[in-house]
Amino acid sequence: MQQSRRQLLHLAGSAAVLGAVPTVLVHPVYATPAMLATAIRNVAGEAEIRTGKVKFDIPPLVENGNTVPMTVSVANPMKADDYVKSIHVFNEKNPQPNIGNFYLGPHAGRAQISTRIRLADSQKVVAIARLSDDTFWSATVDVVVTLAACTEEVL
Amino acid sequence: MPSALINVPAKARRGDIIEIKTLMSHIMETGYRHTASGEVVPRDIITSFTCRYNGREIFRADLYPAIAANPFITFFTTATESGKFEFEWIGDKGFSETASASITVE
Repeated sequence: MQQSRRQLLHLAGSAAVLGAVPTVLVHPVYATPAMLATAIRNVAGEAEIRTGKVKFDIPPLVENGNTVPMTVSVANPMKADDYVKSIHVFNEKNPQPNIGNFYLGPHAGRAQISTRIRLADSQKVVAIARLSDDTFWSATVDVVVTLAACTEEVL
Repeated sequence: MPSALINVPAKARRGDIIEIKTLMSHIMETGYRHTASGEVVPRDIITSFTCRYNGREIFRADLYPAIAANPFITFFTTATESGKFEFEWIGDKGFSETASASITVE
């Protein structure tokens, strides 16, 4: 029984690498929700992080975690005395909790950034915006990933 | 061979908010993958991206291994004067690339 389970896992793993069957691989290392909290505290310090203002556009169901398009926009004017300073994106279960930090200024005109990210598993992703008055706003999205990124074997 | 794709409008009116799209070809090796023989593939990523508009920094990003290969980044800025956008990517193993684009503001 043990052996057949191993064989099955191995088969599933190989198939996933080849992209034949979408399945979640067994990963040796993950960031943990605690690491996510620490990474967020490294950016925000002790400041209160409120929900709102931030709009996080990312597909809720992702077939391929190797490249996931995402857009973060912040509903805040970009004026000289009231603007979005930075946007930070985090994840819960990749090997590392940080995804990217993006630094803007009042001249940006619109507080919006897009990029493509990797997701190693179905997980929570968090976007946090820091405004010029040093308040923090966040948005959280749960993403389901069928084919994971990052830790697969190189063939 | 590294190469960049930049999309900046060639012309804009003063005060227009314009979108800038950038793509740099790069493997973005995470450092978390193993070869079949079990060796870790060393990390090789772009760690920093900067955009300057006539010499003034208008956008900067710190990138981590969770950014997908061939980093594609878009952002906005206000067209204030004719001139040049300069883009710079810096990464592991001494990676350093630049690109530029011109804009005419009327």
